Amino acid sequence: MSSDLRIRLGRVELGNPIMTAAGCAGTGRELARFVDIAQMGAIATKSVMLEPRAGRPSPRMAETPSGMLSSIGLQGPGIDVFLERDLPWLLSRGGTPVVSIAGGSAPEYAELARRLSEAGGVAVVEINLSCPNPADQGRDFTDDPAEAARVVHAVRSHTHSDIPVFAKLAPDVADLVGLASACVEARADGLSMVNTIRGMAIDPATLRPAVAGGLGGLSGPAIRPIAVNCVYRARAALPDVPIIGMGGVRTGADVLEFMAAGATAVAVGTVNFADPSACARILREFEESVAGRGVARVSELVGAAHRPTGASLGG
Amino acid sequence: MSDSGPVQMRSPVLTVRRVDAYHAITVVAPNIAERFRSGQFLAVAVGGEHSGMLLRRPFAIHDVKPDYGGTVEFLFSVAGAGTSWLAERRSRDLLDIVGPLGRPFPLPRDPVNCVLVGGGSGCAPLFPLAQALRRRGCRVDLVLGAATADRVCGSITARRVAETATFVTEDGSFGVRGRVSDPLGRVIEETRSDVVYACGPMPMLRAVTAMADRYELPTQVSVEESMACGTGICMSCVVPIVGDDGITRMARACVDGPVFRGERVRFDDVGTIPFDALGAPGWKAQPDGRGADREAG
Ligand SMILES: Cc1cc2nc3c(=O)[nH]c(=O)nc-3n(C[C@H](O)[C@H](O)[C@H](O)COP(=O)(O)OP(=O)(O)OC[C@H]3O[C@@H](n4cnc5c(N)ncnc54)[C@H](O)[C@@H]3O)c2cc1C
Ligand SMILES: Cc1cc2nc3c(=O)[nH]c(=O)nc-3n(C[C@H](O)[C@H](O)[C@H](O)COP(=O)(O)O)c2cc1C
Ligand code: FES
Repeated sequence: MSSDLRIRLGRVELGNPIMTAAGCAGTGRELARFVDIAQMGAIATKSVMLEPRAGRPSPRMAETPSGMLSSIGLQGPGIDVFLERDLPWLLSRGGTPVVSIAGGSAPEYAELARRLSEAGGVAVVEINLSCPNPADQGRDFTDDPAEAARVVHAVRSHTHSDIPVFAKLAPDVADLVGLASACVEARADGLSMVNTIRGMAIDPATLRPAVAGGLGGLSGPAIRPIAVNCVYRARAALPDVPIIGMGGVRTGADVLEFMAAGATAVAVGTVNFADPSACARILREFEESVAGRGVARVSELVGAAHRPTGASLGG
Repeated sequence: MSDSGPVQMRSPVLTVRRVDAYHAITVVAPNIAERFRSGQFLAVAVGGEHSGMLLRRPFAIHDVKPDYGGTVEFLFSVAGAGTSWLAERRSRDLLDIVGPLGRPFPLPRDPVNCVLVGGGSGCAPLFPLAQALRRRGCRVDLVLGAATADRVCGSITARRVAETATFVTEDGSFGVRGRVSDPLGRVIEETRSDVVYACGPMPMLRAVTAMADRYELPTQVSVEESMACGTGICMSCVVPIVGDDGITRMARACVDGPVFRGERVRFDDVGTIPFDALGAPGWKAQPDGRGADREAG
C-alpha cells in the first residue's frame, strides 16, 4: 500500500513533507542537475534581501565532526534579480517555492513580503530572523522576542492572506518557547526550526579562528538531537502550529524522527552539500519506510512522539 | 540531469598507485569520463557512509582513459584525515564521486603557443590540458614546480606531452632552484608563447599572472579554494572576480571557476570583500542599472 504523502502548511498543501532548507539549494538550478525539483515538497530559497549582498570574507566554512561551520553572510543578488530570474525559473520547473527573506528592520522585511506577494507563485514566506538588528546593537532579531514579533507582524500584514508566513528560529536563544509564542501571537502561521547554532573552530596550524569572522553557524547531523528537541518543545507548547523541522537531516528515518517530534514538513540542508542527490534519496527512503509501516496518511505521523505509549500509529 | 552536467556515481576503484609524494587513484566512471573537459574536477566523499567527515574533497581530474567504458584518475598528497582515508583505498572499493565539476580551461581556436605552469598538485590538471591543446595543433611548453623534487608531479610524462619542460624546486633538489614564476619570462620569450595557463596556490597564480601581464599575454588560472559542496549551492568558495562590465563580484570557484582569466582575479583582495564589490557593505546600485547581477566571467 502506498501512503498519502500530502501535508498542509496552513493554507498551502505540499505533495510531500520533504523540502530543501534555505541557503542549501542555491537558486534551485544547481541542485536540479541532481534532483527533480518538481518532485520535492518544496524548495526553500537562499534568504533574499532588498539589495544585492556580497556576503562575508573567506574562509567561509570549516568542517567539524559530523557537521560544518559556515559564515556566508547572505550573499545574494537582491530581490529585483530574484523576482526577475530565480523565482520564474523555479516556477517554470514546477518547483514549489518557500521564499526566505532577510532584512535589517521590520519595514525592510515588510517591503520584501509585499514584493513577493505581488509577484505571485510564492507558496510560503519564511522569515529568517537570525539577522543582526542594527537598532538592537546588532543582536539578532531572535535574541529579543519583542523585536522578532515586530518583524513577524510587519511581514504578515504585508503578505497576501493566501500565503502562509513562517518564522524561522535559531535554537540558541534564552527562551525558545517564549520566542516561538511571541511569533505566533504576532500572527505567524507556522515556525521553521532550527537555523544554525553559533559555534567556533580554531585552525590547529595557525591557532586562529578557522572561519574568517570567528563565529560560524554549526549545521549538519551534529545538531540533529538539538533540533529535534526544539521541535518537540515547540510542538508541546503550541500543538496547533505547523512546524518545518530541520537540522542535520540525512536519511528518510531522520524525516520520521522530526515528524514524530512535531514537524509537519522537514527540510534538508547541509546534507545537500555532501550528497547532491540527497533530497531524492531521502524522499524515496521516507516513502518506503511509511509504506512499510502501513501509514495511510503521513500527516498522522506529526507529533507521534507526544502521544501516550501504546497509542496506535497509522493503519 | 542534463547530458553535459555533472553526475554522481558510486565508482569502483581500478588502481591505486604511488607516484613520488602523490597517490593516484583511477576509478571506473564512464559518465564522468565522457563529459570531462580539462580543468574540471571531482568531488569525492571520504570516510565511508557513516563518516563524521561530511564534506567531499575536491580533486582535479588528471587523466581520462577509454578502458572499461571510461576511467578517471586523480592525484593527491596526504594532507589530513580525508586524504589519508583515500590513500588506504584498494582496487574494487567503491568511491562516491561527483563530477566533472567546474568551468574547464577554454581552448584557443587557433594553433597557438601555450605555456602551462603548475605548482605542486596543481600540475595534475595540466596534463589533459596539454593533450587537448596538442590535438588542436598548439605548441605546449611546461613549467612545473614544487617545494621539493618528489612533489613535482608528472616529470616523466611532461617530456612526452610538451615541447619543453622546465622543472623548478624551492630547495633546488630538482631542476632550477626558485619558484615557477622565475624562469617563466625566459620560457615565454624562447617559446614565443601566446597564452599562459596556470594551476596552483593563489600566490603562485598571482606571480604567474603578473609575469604574463608583462608580456601582455592572456592567462587562464585555476584556483584552489576550500569548498563545502563543489556544486554551486553553498557560496563558501567565493573569490573576487572582475566581470566583463568592470564590476567585481564574489564568484564561486566551483561553478563560475575554478578556471578564471588571470587578469580578472583580484589577487590582492582574495579572502576579503573588496569595498567596491557588488553588494559590499555601503555598496549602492548605480542609477543606470550597472551592477545588475550577472554571472562573472
Ligand atoms: C578545485 C580543487 C582541485 C584540487 N585538486 C587537487 C589535486 O588534484 N590533488 C591534490 O592533492 N589536492 C587537490 N586539491 C586540494 C584537496 O582538495 C585537499 O588537499 C583535500 O581536500 C584535503 O582533505 P583532507 O581531509 O586530507 O585535509 P583536511 O585539512 O583535514 O581537510 C579539512 C577540510 O579542509 C579542506 N581543505 C584542506 N586543504 C585544502 C586545499 N588545499 N584546498 C581546498 N580545500 C582544502 C578539505 O576539503 C576539508 O573540507 C584541490 C582543491 C580544489 C579546490
Ligand atoms: C551554507 C549555509 C547557508 C545557509 N543559508 C541560510 C539562509 O540563507 N537562510 C536561512 O534561513 N537559513 C540558512 N541556513 C540554515 C539552514 O537553512 C538550516 O536551518 C540549518 O543549516 C540546519 O539544517 P541542516 O543541519 O540540515 O543544514 C544556511 C545553512 C548553511 C549551512
Ligand atoms: S563550494 Fe559550494 S558554492 Fe562552491
